[in-house]
Amino acid sequence: MAAVPESSAGAAPEARGFRAWLNKRMPVDAFVAEQLTGYYAPKNFNIWYFFGSLALLVFVMQILTGIFLTMHYKPGEMIAFDSVEYIMREVEWGWLIRYLHSTGASFFFIVVYLHMFRALMYGSYRAPRELLWLLGMALYLALMAEAFMGYVLPWGNMSYWGAQVIVNLFGTIPVIGPGLVEWIRGDYGIADATLNRFFALHVIAVPFAIALLVVLHLVALRQTGSNNPDGIEIKKNLGADGKPVDGIPFHPYYTVKDILGVGVFLMIFCAVVFFVPTFGGLFLEKPNFEPANPLSTPEHIAPVWYFTAFYAMLRAVPDQQMGALIMLLSIVVLFFLPWLDRSPVKSIRYKGMLSKIALTLFVITFIALSYLGLQPADGVYVLLARIFTVLYFAFFLLMPWYTRAEKTKPVPQRVTYHA
Amino acid sequence: MLKQPAMLRALLIQVAFVVPTIALAQEPTAAGGAAPAAEGAGHADQHVDWSHWTAGNEINNRDSLQRGARNFVAYCSGCHSLKYSRYSRVGQDLSIPDEQLEQFIVPPGESKNGYMLTTLSTADGEAWFGKAPPDLSLIARAKGTDYVFRFLKTFYADPNSPTGVNNLALPGTAMPHVLSDLQGVNAGVFREVEVPAHGDVPASTKAEFVRFERYAPGKLSEAQYDEVVRDIVNFLDYVGEPAKARRISIGVWVVLFLFAFSGIAYLLKQEYWKDVK
Repeated sequence: MAAVPESSAGAAPEARGFRAWLNKRMPVDAFVAEQLTGYYAPKNFNIWYFFGSLALLVFVMQILTGIFLTMHYKPGEMIAFDSVEYIMREVEWGWLIRYLHSTGASFFFIVVYLHMFRALMYGSYRAPRELLWLLGMALYLALMAEAFMGYVLPWGNMSYWGAQVIVNLFGTIPVIGPGLVEWIRGDYGIADATLNRFFALHVIAVPFAIALLVVLHLVALRQTGSNNPDGIEIKKNLGADGKPVDGIPFHPYYTVKDILGVGVFLMIFCAVVFFVPTFGGLFLEKPNFEPANPLSTPEHIAPVWYFTAFYAMLRAVPDQQMGALIMLLSIVVLFFLPWLDRSPVKSIRYKGMLSKIALTLFVITFIALSYLGLQPADGVYVLLARIFTVLYFAFFLLMPWYTRAEKTKPVPQRVTYHA
Repeated sequence: MLKQPAMLRALLIQVAFVVPTIALAQEPTAAGGAAPAAEGAGHADQHVDWSHWTAGNEINNRDSLQRGARNFVAYCSGCHSLKYSRYSRVGQDLSIPDEQLEQFIVPPGESKNGYMLTTLSTADGEAWFGKAPPDLSLIARAKGTDYVFRFLKTFYADPNSPTGVNNLALPGTAMPHVLSDLQGVNAGVFREVEVPAHGDVPASTKAEFVRFERYAPGKLSEAQYDEVVRDIVNFLDYVGEPAKARRISIGVWVVLFLFAFSGIAYLLKQEYWKDVK
């Protein structure tokens, strides 16, 4: 690796001009050669492989729109709500910046969930990519924290009560719980101090952590190379030139393909931003157009749609402490995925019927739980939430059994690709 | 001690709102008022499904927005503020010429660059109605335009209420029927329905709304009144999100551009990927 800048500098000792000057001081060309033109990705990526680069796009977009929001937003329980309305009304294009940011939050989760589903389908978490998966899960956790704290900032009534419910979950931890909750809030209730610290964390601490984790996620990806829909290691089949025969340079092939992905994605994204920014109360909820009011609880307190699957599991358990534990475990179990899957093959294409049924059920379960988390917790909804909570955990905990019990199909030598 | 101001308050409100509405009933009906009450009144025992009425307002209808602004100022802004809206911005957004803005929208003595605030103080509001009239800047977003439409349409006479009226969309509302001279006053026809026992809750009966009966006619026909309410709802929809109409009109071009962009990106991708075999 270290030889690359040496040789490129040595190959053209007489090179002049800015580019030569620059490369002598910083390995720009070498970096591009290593990371883009010299990075070989499998040629059989399908539509599911757009969502990694799209997640990066949404992250950059959130940072950029966030910077402009920060210029006008004011944390503080007396002025936060008004400052958001000020952005929506008096700041030039403020409404657009705000909608891009609020819609961006929901689309971040849509993209990340599809990205994670891709990994589930094609076994992208399997050896040698366990660390890549763990870093991705850490990113997901950071994203959840970022989204939750950002959601509190407009200081609407649902923000306030949502924060109340979520922060109180920490109170169910034995012994240290009550003290911990107070420490998180900085007050005896969700208050000015809470809002101010959430602002600091949302704007500086967590975005930094996410940026760092994105870099690590990409470094780990460069080390192992991408998986693909066939779950075949393309590095095991090298051509005479030492390059994978089923690989193509990331640039220009996938950069140009990702531009298409960006175009289609932005078309859908902008349709939401410009035509249905509240998305029927799912992306921006009605009670959040009323300022935070400690004396008036919204009819149903529910988090935003991207957390409702976990919220449904929390409420499915009668005991609050156990509910919080189940919710925690529902996320922790994802970290163990690389070691739960014992199938001899990676991709769902070559796995047996049991795995296919399990994955289908899991998708239905996650969507059903997300729906149930938005409904009031009574009657048949609680019963359904319990059934789906069991199914959710069954997908993971039975995985060591069903991935081995089933008959897999033979994996081909080369990736499936039709030009 | 506590009871006396409450009684006084009720009396004042009755004098202020109920007496005129009853007086109206005695007057010979105005031009539109004679029209038989349409959707609201209906035939005997025909259930009026008010909870599914929709506002159907159009945010691009400038005339409707202008009428809504004028009616809001005439009927609502005595008690309700729109604290994020300036008169001048409303004039600009709704294309209201300056002299008309001064004449119909900006209250005498107010600056047109000021915010649309009521002169009713919170303390007075609480003393008179038991609850200060809320700011309506975001009512159309927080409750929805259909809710506001239903609220303004479903006042009915209720002798047990201090204001003489109650409301189907917001039962027990502290607000008097401010638009009663336009709509007239309806009486609500209810019927007792059995609520079967459910879990620990024993069987009971509750009053279910059936239909309205015209108690006192107003100046407007039912259809005309609907238009007035629709205009006010439309104005509140605009006030809730002043950029709404602009957002939608810009959005069409943005999406069209991205469609064309994606088309070109597709051709570019095809061109590059020709050599991938």
